[in-house]
Amino acid sequence: MAFKETPSQTVGPYFAYGLCPEQYGYDLKSLFTPDIATTEAAGEHLTLIGRVFDGDGNPVHDAMLEFSQVDSAGRYPSTSAEVAASGFRGFARVGTGTDPQQRFVVRTVKPARANAGDAPHIDVIVTMRGMLTHTFTRIYFDDEAAANAADPVLSAVPAERRATLIARRDERAGRIVYHFDIHMQGERETVFFDL
Amino acid sequence: MDESILSPRDFDSHPAYVHPPYRSSIKRGPTLPLIPLKEKLRDQRAPVYGADDLGPLDNDLTRNAARNGEPLGERIIVTGRVLDVGGKPVRDTLVEIWQANAAGRYVHKTDQHDAPLDPNFLGAGRCVTDGEGRYRFLTIKPGAYPWGNHPNAWRPNHIHFSLFGEYFGSRLVTQMYFPGDPLLALDPIFQGTPAHARDRLISRFSIDTTEENYALGYEFDIVLRGPNQTPTER
Repeated sequence: MAFKETPSQTVGPYFAYGLCPEQYGYDLKSLFTPDIATTEAAGEHLTLIGRVFDGDGNPVHDAMLEFSQVDSAGRYPSTSAEVAASGFRGFARVGTGTDPQQRFVVRTVKPARANAGDAPHIDVIVTMRGMLTHTFTRIYFDDEAAANAADPVLSAVPAERRATLIARRDERAGRIVYHFDIHMQGERETVFFDL
Repeated sequence: MDESILSPRDFDSHPAYVHPPYRSSIKRGPTLPLIPLKEKLRDQRAPVYGADDLGPLDNDLTRNAARNGEPLGERIIVTGRVLDVGGKPVRDTLVEIWQANAAGRYVHKTDQHDAPLDPNFLGAGRCVTDGEGRYRFLTIKPGAYPWGNHPNAWRPNHIHFSLFGEYFGSRLVTQMYFPGDPLLALDPIFQGTPAHARDRLISRFSIDTTEENYALGYEFDIVLRGPNQTPTER
C-alpha cells in the first residue's frame, strides 16, 4: 500500500454539538438524525431501543452509535433526492446522552434481505469516550429464526455468542419495538466485527 | 457483479481498544477477538448526503456562530487532502470537525472547565472534499484544557475529525494535533497510538497555506481505507 491509514482517536465526551446538534439542542442543523426512516417510508415501521453498557454494567451516557441498513425492498438509497422522495435515508446517528435512562431510540423500517442467503440486519458503528478506535456490530431480528440460521455471518460467530446480535421483538398496541443492548465487556460481551 | 472488498483495517496503525493509561478505555474497550466480516463493497454504503445539506458558512468556524463580533483567539486555516490507502483522492466526502475555543472550553453542556465560553464561537464545522479530495476550514486555534484522567492531566491542542470515506467500513474518527506541542508526550490518548504512526496525527505548519496579514496555515492529510488492491503480477 502506498499510504498508511490515519490512526483513530477517541470521539471524546463532547461530540454532541458537532455531530448530533439537534438531538442535544444545539443551534446547528444536524446532517444525520436518529431516524433511519421517516413515517412516509415503505415497509414495517419499528423502533429500536437499547443501551450501551460498560464493563461494570453501567449504562454509557456518552456513546455515539451509527446505523446503516437497506430498505424494505433490499436497497440502499443513492442520492439525496431519492431520500427526500422515499423518506428512507438508510442511516442514523444517535448519542446516548439525551435520554434519562441513557437509551438510544431509533426509528426505522424492517430491512429486507440485501442478498439471497443473508438474514435481514442493520450494521452498527459503536464509539464513545474511552474507545480510541470505533468498532462494528450488527443487529439481527429474533422473528427471523430461519433466515438467521442460514446467515453466513451469524454462522461464523460461535454459537454461544450469537444471541448478543439478535434484537428482541416486543409488540404493544400495534407499536413494534426491538430491544437491543450493547455490552462492551463482561459475560454477555457483544460480538464485534473486523469489518 | 462487483466482488471487491475493502483493504483490511490496518490495526497496526490504530490504538488498542484497551489502553490502561487512558483510564476510561479499561471498562469500555471490547476484550474478545473481533469476528472477521469480509463484506463486499457493494453492501457497505456510506450514508447519502449532499453538498446542499451544508450551510454556506459551515466550513468557517470564525463566522458560523458569530452573534455580535468575531471569536477571540488566533485565526488558523486547516486544510489537507483525503486519500485512500491506494493514494486515490476521496472526492465529495464529508469532513466534520469540532473543537474547544481559544480558552480551552467546549460549548458542550457537560464541559465544566472553568474557562470562558466565547459567545461568537460554537466550534463545529463541516465541508465536503473537492475533486482532488481537498477540504478547508477557517477556525480559531483551540486551547489546551485539563481533564480528569490523572493528576494535572491536560489535553494537547487538538481538533476532532469525523469522516466516512466511500464505504461504511472506511469510517474514521480521529484528532488532529499541532506541531511542537509539549503536551503530546504526556497525553495518553495520543500516546495510545502505535509509536510509528503518531506523526500522522500531527498537522504541518505551512507558510504556503498561511495567508498574509490574516491567518497561519496548517496542513493535515487524512488516509482512509479503500478498495483492496491485490498486487498484480508482472
